[in-house]
Amino acid sequence: MNLDWNHFTPWASLAGGLLIGVATALYLLGDGRIAGIAGIVSAPLRALLTGGNLAAERVRLLFIGGLLIAPWAWQLFAPLPEATVDAGPVAIVVAGLLVGIGVRMGNGCTSGHGVCGLSRFSLRSLVNVLAFMGAGAAAVFVARHVL
Amino acid sequence: MRELIALLSGLIFGLGLIVGGMTDPGKVKGFLDVAGLWDPSLALVMGGAIAVGVFAFAAARRRTTAWSGDRIDIPSNTTIDARLIGGGLLFGAGWGIGGFCPGPALVAMSSGLGSAAIFVVAMLAGMALHDRFLAPR
Repeated sequence: MNLDWNHFTPWASLAGGLLIGVATALYLLGDGRIAGIAGIVSAPLRALLTGGNLAAERVRLLFIGGLLIAPWAWQLFAPLPEATVDAGPVAIVVAGLLVGIGVRMGNGCTSGHGVCGLSRFSLRSLVNVLAFMGAGAAAVFVARHVL
Repeated sequence: MRELIALLSGLIFGLGLIVGGMTDPGKVKGFLDVAGLWDPSLALVMGGAIAVGVFAFAAARRRTTAWSGDRIDIPSNTTIDARLIGGGLLFGAGWGIGGFCPGPALVAMSSGLGSAAIFVVAMLAGMALHDRFLAPR
């Protein structure tokens, strides 16, 4: 295994993780809710599409609002870090569809199963995390080393 | 109160994603590329979040109500089935192809990244397709 030392950002990534942990703790202890982004996004979407009560989704919508404000708040103090996208538009659409279907079918994503699930030692979440980490590594392996 | 907490939680969460490197699909792929030049940074994002999360969930279990007065809602589902694993595999494949997972995609979209906006629209479509055609029963 070869480590990519040039791109390794241990302190920034650890600090980012701690912030995500603090946000998760605040949402859990403050509002009694799980900070799982897939669920926070899909619940209001479902309400919107099925004619459900969108006003009842305001807490989740405000969490999403906070996420959307984040890059703007960041830019008040520093330029945003660079983002590199090597996937073309078709691949991006396929990726989005797979993520949307997958997080609904598995009932969670990197935050809901990853951060929250593992933080409460859920075996169910661990199984999901191993599945998405494995599939993610496999997809990158195929794209970078096979195709 | 609960609305302010939700907004603040989302904001802090989003800032954490930016600092941690999660909003850069190239960095995500560097993390998933264990067979190539491997960048383990994002393991520290998850490790750091869980290090705080463990204490938060331990504290939450000793309480029944949150600061807002709402009931603390911790998932009780322990089912391990094909949908859990299949969903994880589909999600992971999409994560590896695009380099975006749901939270970072929303943040990157808001920062003006066009491919993130396309991804979010496709992701919402995927969620709706699932709920319409693939939901159990």
